[in-house]
Amino acid sequence: MIEFRQVTKRYDSDHTALRQVNFHLDRGELAFLTGHSGAGKSTLLKLIMVMERPTAGEVVVGGQRLNSLPKRQIPYIRRHIGVVFQNHQLLFDRTVFDNVAMPLEVMGASPRDIGRRVRAALDKVGLLSKEKMNPMQLSGGEQQRVGIARAVVNKPPVLLADEPTGNLDPELSADIMQLFTEFSQVGVTVLIATHDIALINEMGRRRLTLDHGELVVGGDRPLAGGAGGH
Amino acid sequence: MVNWLSVVIALWREVPVAIDSKSKADNRRGAAKQAKSPLNSQARSYLDHHRKVARESARRLLKTPVASLMTWTVMGVALALPVALLLLLGSLQGVSAGWESSARITSYLAMDLSVEQASELSDEVARDGRITSVQLVARDQALAEFRASSGLGEALDFLGDNPLPHTLLITPQDSARSAEGVQALVTYIEGIDGIERVQVDLGWLQRLNAMTDILARAVWALAILLGAAVILVIGNTVRLAIENRRDEILVAKLVGGTDAFVRRPFLYAGAWFGLGGGVVAWLLIQASLWWLSGPIERLAGLYRSEFSLQGPGFEGALALIIVAMLLGWLGAWVAVKRHLDDIDPGDIAGG
Repeated sequence: MIEFRQVTKRYDSDHTALRQVNFHLDRGELAFLTGHSGAGKSTLLKLIMVMERPTAGEVVVGGQRLNSLPKRQIPYIRRHIGVVFQNHQLLFDRTVFDNVAMPLEVMGASPRDIGRRVRAALDKVGLLSKEKMNPMQLSGGEQQRVGIARAVVNKPPVLLADEPTGNLDPELSADIMQLFTEFSQVGVTVLIATHDIALINEMGRRRLTLDHGELVVGGDRPLAGGAGGH
Repeated sequence: MVNWLSVVIALWREVPVAIDSKSKADNRRGAAKQAKSPLNSQARSYLDHHRKVARESARRLLKTPVASLMTWTVMGVALALPVALLLLLGSLQGVSAGWESSARITSYLAMDLSVEQASELSDEVARDGRITSVQLVARDQALAEFRASSGLGEALDFLGDNPLPHTLLITPQDSARSAEGVQALVTYIEGIDGIERVQVDLGWLQRLNAMTDILARAVWALAILLGAAVILVIGNTVRLAIENRRDEILVAKLVGGTDAFVRRPFLYAGAWFGLGGGVVAWLLIQASLWWLSGPIERLAGLYRSEFSLQGPGFEGALALIIVAMLLGWLGAWVAVKRHLDDIDPGDIAGG
């Protein structure tokens, strides 16, 4: 579902964010992306969402090579990728319902479809009773779950999460992880960037570790030379 | 004017109008229920989306009534000025056209012609197709009229001979009453034997025409400048709106909103600013017409002129509002083009 082939991303002449990264994630796989800050986790996620383009190598998502993707096609790729942020990026000028509805609005879904699917997503994260509230009235964990509902409302095959449990206590974190596990069980490929080593160990799932832009754990064997995985 | 306007109105009718009317929406919903093809439902949700965005943009403007009213007023003043001048110009051109049609050609015959010869000449000129009528004023009659009207009766007695020639007063046909037509007629009459001098009092009319031409260009130049100002004002207002809704734009781009989707609310906002500006401009014009019409009628009465200020009328008002909406839309487009690309979702994906 997600494949990186010898991907290198260089920002300036002397700052290399990713060095020849190789890995692939299958359909329904759940993996963690770890590493110190500045190791390249965000860059890797940005490459999947086509917010950045690789300097060298290839990124393939859902069989689509993103390197050669024209700019005006980018929105259509993003509709297949749900994203959850640490600071959840909710809009406080509208209700929970309208926040979750955004990916469907963007696709031009009919109001009836939107109503049905938004309620299904909110039900999934256990917030159906709060659809008319403003996200500001919700707790941190609830806000994060609204963010998750928005990420999955249009049933994307890929779900990315950037520090989804960063501000939450362990109990809430476990709840959120349970949700991600359920999504992977129905075939969604989930990639979670996190610092939370305890959580990763507890989950016992595949782990991709970045160190100064090199994928040191969990990658595929490099095709030629360069940095290796174990 | 009427032609292109009717085209605009026809187009307007074809295009699904964004202004919401309940019955129309219900009709469309009913029609879509009958034909349930996926293409149809897609088109329907596209229209629904447009309606929703249009409504929400309007609601946003009304949420900040003072700020919106100020933008509308700025736009209204900038639009009212050139439109009022154009209306004035139109009225002036109407007046000069009226006077042009009353142009008469005065030809003085040679002094040595007798009354009989003059009469023959008069008949000959009258046979020309471009001429409606010819009136012969014999020299004796002319002297008598002059004596009566000038009050120089006694002074004229000192002159031994009648110094006045026979005169033909020629009224051209309607078709020959343009400036060029009259000029051609003058050249023809001047060529006839026995005609000494031809006079047309068109000089002042040509001067008036030349002046209105200059005025027209000046007004159009002003209109273009103020139109550009309107675009910039709306562009700046929309730029601020874009800044205010930065988060929303980021999220829309993140979840796969196309550029067109992200642009749409701002383009509608521009059009609504234009609508308000057009209405304000129309109100200003009507108010100044009402304020000026009394004094102008009095002045025109003193000149025994038919001159009156013409209002924009229904078509003019409609055209004004449509042009204003287009300008607003264009201003929004400029702002959106320049500032929307700056908002990149890459900025928030850190962590």
